Amino acid sequence: MPKVSFKEDLCKGCGLCVNACPKQIIELKKDVINKKGHSPAGITDQSKCIACAFCATMCPDCVITVEK
Amino acid sequence: MVVFEKPHALCDVPLHYCPGCTHGIVHRLVAEAIDELGIEGTAIGVAPVGCAVMAYDYFNCDMVEAAHGRAPAVATGIKRALPENIVFTYQGDGDLASIGMAETVHAATRNENITIIFINNAIYGMTGGQMAPTSLPGQVTQTSPYGRDVTTAGFPIKVSELLAALDGPSYIQRVAVNNVKNVKQAKKAIKKAFENQVQGKGFSLIEVVSSCPTNWGMTPQQALDWVEEKMIPYYPLGVYKDKTSEEGEK
Repeated sequence: MPKVSFKEDLCKGCGLCVNACPKQIIELKKDVINKKGHSPAGITDQSKCIACAFCATMCPDCVITVEK
Repeated sequence: MVVFEKPHALCDVPLHYCPGCTHGIVHRLVAEAIDELGIEGTAIGVAPVGCAVMAYDYFNCDMVEAAHGRAPAVATGIKRALPENIVFTYQGDGDLASIGMAETVHAATRNENITIIFINNAIYGMTGGQMAPTSLPGQVTQTSPYGRDVTTAGFPIKVSELLAALDGPSYIQRVAVNNVKNVKQAKKAIKKAFENQVQGKGFSLIEVVSSCPTNWGMTPQQALDWVEEKMIPYYPLGVYKDKTSEEGEK
């Protein structure tokens, strides 16, 4: 079962993972503000994840860990 | 099974770069190459002056800070004193292509056995977005508010083509980090540049076409699109020099 986890406090909300995701299941959590003052990215539907790690490949801040 | 996690050669600290800055991606690729080659204990990095000046806080290997543009000269000294260590520099375009051009060209022509990671984002980032030697013709920057005028400011310096014309350097490649495919190619190129040094094959330089969303005045994704539309046509990707494979063929 693919599992994607975000270290939310490191996220700067740049959104590159959002655009990289082929399943379009990542979005910025507009109602959350992290330590740095950004809205961090998060996954909306874990069951649709295919563990391609495109999000983590494009993330400049190593926020994302992908397991399967 | 872990498919992707932060490489060990990258310290577990937040990077100071702006949101969406591709420096973070390239830092990670360098760290992945160090991890995969198992050279974290012997690698010595040379940090530049520019946005990446604090790279010494981010890599888990030994790091040295060089004066502006002098990273290839410092790396030459370290490599000659400690030939068993793996020495790399990480430099931006203002550092490598402007003030450090002499050091870069001479280190290349001497074919010093070092690895250079060169970030080309067509602007001076740390100082606030002034025109760099690599800014595109017509590009608006703080010091070229009407666009870069090539009649007074000259044409952009194509570092990979310039260095590939020399007989010295062993490996020159230009890559980009604007999409997943290009990031994966950049990873291969950076790993090869380190492998070349491990095998004693001489000077390797990887030019990475990057973005600077803050100083370009764009969102991170718009900046990556601009890389695709404007930067890559002017700075074509590819291998510009590869003496290592010629030797292999003979």
